[in-house]
Amino acid sequence: MLSILHRLTGVALAVGTLLLVWWLVAAAAGPDAFATAQAFLSSFIGLLLLFGWTFALFYHLANGIRHLAWDAGWGFELGQVYASGWVALAAAAALTAVSWIAGFAMMGA
Amino acid sequence: MAGKSASDLRTPLGRARGLGSAKDGTHHWWAQRLTAIALVPLTVWFVAALVAHAGGDHATVAAWIGSPFTALMFILLIVATFHHAQLGLQVVIEDYVHAEAGKVALIILVKFAAAVLGLASVLAVLRLTFGA
Repeated sequence: MLSILHRLTGVALAVGTLLLVWWLVAAAAGPDAFATAQAFLSSFIGLLLLFGWTFALFYHLANGIRHLAWDAGWGFELGQVYASGWVALAAAAALTAVSWIAGFAMMGA
Repeated sequence: MAGKSASDLRTPLGRARGLGSAKDGTHHWWAQRLTAIALVPLTVWFVAALVAHAGGDHATVAAWIGSPFTALMFILLIVATFHHAQLGLQVVIEDYVHAEAGKVALIILVKFAAAVLGLASVLAVLRLTFGA
């Protein structure tokens, strides 16, 4: 379940890089192109995509660190595997929430 | 004798090279881990930096991306991200697409797309650094 989620979030993040490329190229192209990109990203669909992208990124990051620990030979006991899986999910949810609260605080500031 | 058994049909040279049937050895696996390790600090920086610049206007964001440290971090992030992404997508395609022609075509498409998108992103950052 969590391992297929690692692949799904990885594929989603790869598709999501299109948003990053668009945003960077728009910033380099000038104020008009940048305003168009920003308008899409701050629309309901744009925010939904960014929110999903944030969770996918933090989940893939947390679960990726879990994989790197396994590569190093740590955490293979069944109890540890379940525990670290819950930690990865909780960390992804917490980091996503913190990022968006901080982001909206910046927008309001 | 160490490394020799009845079930090991590799030649001595093949054993020494250790490249396996894909002729690539552990290179793909290792590159994916290296980029993963690099992406841990890079993505944490990236999200924190984006949050700190949320709602910024074009002049602010353009000046920020073009500043030397930010530009360096963006280029590192872009290179590590697209390298990691195309390695990961290659594995997913190899696992799920079984028609040989379709599999090879998709992998080529992914690798070309990663190169084009990565270079376009780096050029955008460089343009903001050095001016149009």
